[in-house]
Amino acid sequence: MRPEVFKMIDRVVSIDPSLQKIHCQGLVPEESSIFEGHFPGYPIMPGVLLIEAMAQTTGWLVLARNRFNKMPFLATVKEAKLRTFVLPGQNLDLYSEILHEGSGFVVAKTQAMLEGKLICSAELTFRVLPWPEGKMKPVVMKVAEHVSFPLADFADA
Amino acid sequence: MSSTFDTVASIIAETCDIPRDTITPDSHAIDDLGIDSLDFLDIAFAIDKAFGIKLPLEQWTQEVNDGKATTEQYFVLKNLCARIDELVAAKAA
Repeated sequence: MRPEVFKMIDRVVSIDPSLQKIHCQGLVPEESSIFEGHFPGYPIMPGVLLIEAMAQTTGWLVLARNRFNKMPFLATVKEAKLRTFVLPGQNLDLYSEILHEGSGFVVAKTQAMLEGKLICSAELTFRVLPWPEGKMKPVVMKVAEHVSFPLADFADA
Repeated sequence: MSSTFDTVASIIAETCDIPRDTITPDSHAIDDLGIDSLDFLDIAFAIDKAFGIKLPLEQWTQEVNDGKATTEQYFVLKNLCARIDELVAAKAA
């Protein structure tokens, strides 16, 4: 994980064949510039970045569901609960499950766990839109390789 | 249609915190009720769940953008409810 550049996911662990659920992992680094301000002398992961990690987890699942032909953009965060502090060096297990896929949007229930204990959760809605013009799609495809996303199974050539 | 309207009006009232008695079959969701596109996602989610359908929002938006349809055709509530009834009937057929 490199939270200072919004790289919240280290690895896609699994995507279930029905494309309803995903499991990802992200290791909170010992050192990051975000800890200079959050907080001086007491580094903890900002809650907004935990939500971002859950959103990125869901994002990989939505990309798999549409085979990278459209891009999900976070639109709504509901019922976000941040139950405990997350500290440098802790390894997050991130899960997301699709609640509903509508026309141009997806709603998902998502959670982060620490050693099997639920530490945060939220219901997230994404707009699912055509890729913007430019290099966003190839960059995201490259990131997919780095996080062990199973491109061969869930992306069109 | 009246039962469909009652359900849709209740969804809108609850989702957007709009007084139920101000919502009528002739209300335009955008122009009269002031519902924006983000709130409409919540409404679409609730309608999809309540009726077991998938409102074709992308298609409707494309038709409006292309000038092939007006927003009144899809977003005046009596028309929206008629579309919902059609989708429910098509699903049952």
